[in-house]
Amino acid sequence: MNFNLGLIPLLPFLGAAVLMLFGRRWTRDTVFIVAALAIGAACVVSVDAFFFQLPDAGGAGLQDVVTTWIATGDLHIDLAFRMDALSGVMCLVITFVGFLIHVFAAGYMADDPDYARFFAYLNLFCGAMLVLVLGDSLPVMFIGWEGVGLCSYLLIGFWYSSTANADAGRKAFITNRIGDLGFLLGMFLLFNYTGTLSIPDISGAASPGGPLMAPLWLGQPVAFWAALFLFVGATGKSAQIPLYVWLPDAMAGPTPVSALIHAATMVTAGVYMIARMHAVYLLVPSVMAIVAIVGALTALFAAMIGFAQNDFKKVLAYSTVSQLGFMFVGVGTANFTGGIFHLVTHAFFKAGLFLCAGSVMHAMSGSGDITIMGGLRKKLPWTHAVFAACWLAICGIVPFSGFFSKDNIIAGAFGTEIYGHDMAWVGKLVGVMLLLAALGTAFYMSRLYFLVFSGDETRAPDKIKHHIHESPSIMVVPLVVLAIGATVIGFIGLPGGLFNHPDANLLAHHLEAADIHEVEVSHGLEWGMMAVSLAVAAVGILLAMVFYRGGYKEPARAFAAKFPGFVRLVHDKFRVDEAYDFLFIRPIKWFSRGLYNFVDRIIVDKILVEGTGVLVDLCARLARAVQGGDGQRYMAVFAVGVALLVHFASQPTLPFTKLKVTQTGRGVEVDARRGKNAPTRPLEYAFDFGDGRPVVKGGAPEQRHDYDRPGNYTIRVTITDSGWRTEDTFKEKVEVP
Amino acid sequence: MPTDHYLILSFALFLIGTAGVLLRRNALIVLMGIELQLNGGNLALLAFSRQLNDQKGHVFAFLIIALAAAEAAVGLAILVGLFRSRQTINLDEATLMKR
Repeated sequence: MNFNLGLIPLLPFLGAAVLMLFGRRWTRDTVFIVAALAIGAACVVSVDAFFFQLPDAGGAGLQDVVTTWIATGDLHIDLAFRMDALSGVMCLVITFVGFLIHVFAAGYMADDPDYARFFAYLNLFCGAMLVLVLGDSLPVMFIGWEGVGLCSYLLIGFWYSSTANADAGRKAFITNRIGDLGFLLGMFLLFNYTGTLSIPDISGAASPGGPLMAPLWLGQPVAFWAALFLFVGATGKSAQIPLYVWLPDAMAGPTPVSALIHAATMVTAGVYMIARMHAVYLLVPSVMAIVAIVGALTALFAAMIGFAQNDFKKVLAYSTVSQLGFMFVGVGTANFTGGIFHLVTHAFFKAGLFLCAGSVMHAMSGSGDITIMGGLRKKLPWTHAVFAACWLAICGIVPFSGFFSKDNIIAGAFGTEIYGHDMAWVGKLVGVMLLLAALGTAFYMSRLYFLVFSGDETRAPDKIKHHIHESPSIMVVPLVVLAIGATVIGFIGLPGGLFNHPDANLLAHHLEAADIHEVEVSHGLEWGMMAVSLAVAAVGILLAMVFYRGGYKEPARAFAAKFPGFVRLVHDKFRVDEAYDFLFIRPIKWFSRGLYNFVDRIIVDKILVEGTGVLVDLCARLARAVQGGDGQRYMAVFAVGVALLVHFASQPTLPFTKLKVTQTGRGVEVDARRGKNAPTRPLEYAFDFGDGRPVVKGGAPEQRHDYDRPGNYTIRVTITDSGWRTEDTFKEKVEVP
Repeated sequence: MPTDHYLILSFALFLIGTAGVLLRRNALIVLMGIELQLNGGNLALLAFSRQLNDQKGHVFAFLIIALAAAEAAVGLAILVGLFRSRQTINLDEATLMKR
């Protein structure tokens, strides 16, 4: 249990720190070796932890409490990491694919002047991503969550000298910020009702009778809103409707970044987070339905946009958005294993596809325009072979990995029972939508494949055509490894039921230990779904073959000519960016401009800032008039000041001007005591009650006297201060009945 | 004779002295005003001394007379210096503290 998990994220962080400090002075080889060593060592530690330590650790997994982070009042948060089967699988994917992409980048970025900065960011990203998956509590996870967002921003805008790249980075950052607000709100809600932020503790509190089922708002329990807010965070990070718009623009970054961050790892954080918080999600099937429907809509919508994009990386970006939708359907139908399985296979084949894109663009002198490609199969044999394997994987052709994971999700959607009787239609609906999305996926990926690789002739200008060459081996080797992964990784998740052996599904077997289950579906449904999804993939590929094999074919032209408006609309990504611009960005800009012109320029600049200046100037003029240098005037001010001081300081110390006389019948009581400001010197009191009786002298300051007969009398009290030789006499008239 | 009367005289002397200091422009008259202020103070000390039947007030009055003599000597020396540098003892022309 004391296994040192903190080492896993620490190694890449160290690599990043060292590279940032010294990288500029080192040679490219040194930089690359340090970066690759950092992530490679993290990979080795992960493998050791996952395969050798974890099996002995039991269901809760390995835990490593590095230190206490926050301890204040009831709030206690440790900087703690936990590896169970779920985070272990993620760690393996991140470090292994990350390592391959580091190697690829060594070749791809070889001519870049900012080589060290690139690898520093890449290492930093890996560290943050590992913190995200290994974090034992929501705040630690959130550090990673924000860290990967930061690295994403830095790497999208890596070539910051172009405004478009910097804008894309900002767009990604701001869109993610909206999602992060949701994540934070969900976190606050969970803390408010469970009193803890540790993920295992929250999961423990998530029971049907637990605190999370208290009604909160609109008749829905706390768990509903917490899960919904967390899902908003997930839509930001994982590019789902409505916050997916940043991911296609994020392709402005270097291609290895697109492969690592914007395809394989960071964008899957939302899926991972929902799987991690599955205990909360399982409480509220209605949120699960929202997750599944949003995922299915995104899968379908992004696949459609993919039909008409002409930039290699843009097609892959929309493909990523679409595949993430598949994963969300997986977790949204309580098929957590399926979602994570697709996450793993997708990491391999999509990283492979992106690196192929990098390799092709490398060959095409940096251009990603697929309309000028074609016939690259012979010129880039290795890249073509890898791309073909990954293409078949994403289309879902048996036995490539995507087939198993996609089939698992679709079958799980049809077979899920999480929604209960009333909402059973949700599973069927998202299942059908996913089948359509799978058809679209097969079509646009095949379109990409045929336009880029098939045919004999490259449509590019001679200048580019001249330079086409296969990439160096440092780029090809990672490609090949990823292609092998994309081909065989599916076998870790073979549908167990088909072989009458539950452990055939290795992944499910492992995740079971972490309390993460898959949806069990009947044999008939399993076989049926396999056949249907294979058929769907085949139809998509054949359709694309008819349209695009060897270049734009007659049917493709005819279709475009028949529905020019629709093709235009799809090409323009359904103008969602424009709609957001109109609905949100422009109103905010107008509002900001209004604030600038009124609040900033008039209230702040004129009234507050310049007003302060004018006020000081006025005071200064007054003060200067006094400071005339004329000693007599100074003296006059001084004299007036002293006079005032004396006036206030010499207020009379006698706080009364009248005696306090209380009458009761013929008796009077006279109180001649002075107030609290009176001198402490001994005073002598002489009471003359005015009825001819002797004066009472030398007694207390209070005296009682009874008059013998009625009449009007004058009481005189003389107070003598023997020290100062002063006498004060007070008079009071009384009428005795 | 009650102490009040002495005090009123003393205050009058002090006020006349103050008026001289503040209003006159001739530095010599200002010095004379200061003497009047000091004497007003002296008179008050003596009055209280008499009322309280205590000799300390007399001692203070002597000290102040000595101090007044010293002050007059220093003041006159400054006046001579002022006259040498500016050929005048009009205080309106001696606004040196402005700089």
